[in-house]
Amino acid sequence: MTALPQFPDEHVSVLAVPGMHCAGCMSKVERGLLAHDGVVAARVNLSSRMVTVTHDGTVDEGDLTHFIAEAGFEAQPRRKQAERPYSAVKPLLAPLAVAAFAAMNVMLLSVSVWSGAEGSTRELFHWISALIALPAIGFAGRPFFRSAWGALKRGTTNMDVPISLGVIIASGLSLYETWVGGQHAWFDGALMLLTFLLAGRVLDAMMRDRARSGVEALVSQAAKGAQVVGADGSLTYLAAEDLQPGMVMRVATGERLAADGEIVSGRSRFDQSLLTGESRPVALAQGETALAGTLNLEAPVDVRVSSAGADTTLAEIARLMEASTQDRSRYVRIADRAARLYAPAVHSLALLTVVGWLVAGASLYQALVIGVAVLIITCPCALGLAVPVSQVVASGALMRAGILVKDGSAFERLASIDRALLDKTGTLTLGRPVPDEQSLATLSEDEAAIALALASHSRHPLSRALEKALTSNGIVSATLTNVIERAGEGVFGTCEGRAVALKRPETSGTTAVLLQTGLGPDRLIPVADTLRPDARDAIELLQAQGIECSILSGDTARGAAGVAREVGLTVQANARPEDKQALVARLRNADRKVLMVGDGLNDGPALAAANVSIAPGSASDVGLQAADFVFVQDSLSALPRTVRASRKTMQVVKQNFALAIVYNLFAVPLAVAGLVTPLIAAIAMSASSLLVVANSLRLMRAAK
Amino acid sequence: MNGVIILLPIALLLGLAGLAAFFWALRNNQFEDPDGAAARILLDDDEDSPA
Repeated sequence: MTALPQFPDEHVSVLAVPGMHCAGCMSKVERGLLAHDGVVAARVNLSSRMVTVTHDGTVDEGDLTHFIAEAGFEAQPRRKQAERPYSAVKPLLAPLAVAAFAAMNVMLLSVSVWSGAEGSTRELFHWISALIALPAIGFAGRPFFRSAWGALKRGTTNMDVPISLGVIIASGLSLYETWVGGQHAWFDGALMLLTFLLAGRVLDAMMRDRARSGVEALVSQAAKGAQVVGADGSLTYLAAEDLQPGMVMRVATGERLAADGEIVSGRSRFDQSLLTGESRPVALAQGETALAGTLNLEAPVDVRVSSAGADTTLAEIARLMEASTQDRSRYVRIADRAARLYAPAVHSLALLTVVGWLVAGASLYQALVIGVAVLIITCPCALGLAVPVSQVVASGALMRAGILVKDGSAFERLASIDRALLDKTGTLTLGRPVPDEQSLATLSEDEAAIALALASHSRHPLSRALEKALTSNGIVSATLTNVIERAGEGVFGTCEGRAVALKRPETSGTTAVLLQTGLGPDRLIPVADTLRPDARDAIELLQAQGIECSILSGDTARGAAGVAREVGLTVQANARPEDKQALVARLRNADRKVLMVGDGLNDGPALAAANVSIAPGSASDVGLQAADFVFVQDSLSALPRTVRASRKTMQVVKQNFALAIVYNLFAVPLAVAGLVTPLIAAIAMSASSLLVVANSLRLMRAAK
Repeated sequence: MNGVIILLPIALLLGLAGLAAFFWALRNNQFEDPDGAAARILLDDDEDSPA
């Protein structure tokens, strides 16, 4: 234990830094933070993309975000979590360790028995094995026993039922053998089975933990709320759930509304694309209604809250989604479907074997031993590994390609789709304003330098877009004096004695900014949402994979038609969230397997209703949580790539099943004939497991 | 046979020691950040150490 120096007022803040991905990033963030006064300690957790900072009272989370920005990373403060985040891996690690320890020790003892230990030595070894194995099986087998018991109580069966039965019966028989001083004990087989299966499950859980923390880092953790204007004109910050109808909230430029309401003063334009999918900002003035979740683009406005919390349009969408999610949970995974056929077949086979040997004149004891051998040899070791190992390898490959897999069964569902619905804003397009490249190219170097300087003084979305584009073009900012930002008008300043400005154009059909530098004519720079790179190629690839695609957009017909023409797809425009969900349901009723690709809040219900869903990393929190896959890069080629990887994965899963069945074809007749000894069982089990793992490893390059 | 009497307990004890060490690690958050632990080895601690 290292004792940290105790400062009188020590604070701990946790910030999400989604951009970190290597040792270099870690050291930049940690050193960047430590270089500032007031920061006592900084520790990055690369797995969850978080940094925990210990600091004194002179710095707050805003400053920390700023420090990290100086180091070159975007950060978001994260709300304190009372409980530690849930991990699927942790509860499985201890059983795995115990099973592996016991399996190795018992295997060593078994090897000496197989090599010919006899008499009292064999008896002693069997007793020691039993002493190690029984508590270990009791402890390490719990995840399987619990799940099997749950399935049996519901009157169904899953993979864990034959596993649990096999393990319990093998332990029981071995204990009896040990007691009477018999020749064969099966403790090693039972423990090896548990070790292999637990290893498969730990890998599976690791994959899910990793994807979940990846998505959590993308989900914005910033507190949502609003500045509320009091009766005396004072401003207080209230969290969204504390807002009451009748309160007046002041919404600054670039902020999202926390509740629905009526505008009481000011006028501005609002980006409603998250809610409706419509890309064109809507102008709203006094007396009109603004919806929660929309982004204020132009000027600060005061809004009187009309409905908050559970009554907002936002909450309505959340309810639609919940209903759809329940629908999906009815999906039965392929491994469990296999188990439904497999378990009864194996169990009746074992029973028939016992009856057969009894009829043939064997003693009850002999018949039971052979029946148990059948159960152990068919215990689905390879079958239990077939699905998780392939999924783990495939999702590892996809993760390296920037695609997060949130749910293992998503591969199974994605592999069979034949219909894709794509949202427009934020999915086919980047979903953020990008200044027109050609207009930027016509600017002289001095003009561009002034534009960058002006843009960097404003938090307005258009200014930030311009700043980002100019910075990536390698422009160096000019020096300005007397810079002021006038809400709703623009940024004004002085450069070398000339008045310069970056402002809203007086008249313009499209979204644009007007740049006045005094160096030449005024420049109009259109700023628009552009198509993702290679969107067209990605759509063509999807269609080549036999998937019928179309666009489903909340935007106006005119707005959507342009994008539809560019990618060559048909479009259904003006779709409200419930329309999107209804279309998905209609297609599913017509027996189509539907993939929904979308990002916004308005896509949430459709994402949840579809057979499988994909969202870009820039998606809204709702989109990220509803989707099965999340791709983090700008390119849309992630879609055909994910589909291809899923189909390959399912192919390998089916091969694995075939391998397991072929193995059974050889092993079961031996077992039924009473020829299987624990040695043969051990060899057969590890050989078939290794074969399945090796076959799954071919998926390492599935995302290529 | 006599050798076994000594060797068996030794083998079991060593194995148990390993198991205990693993449980210790599990309880002391050694598995909190596997990615970070893998990357940290690449950091040069003595290069322009701050403050």
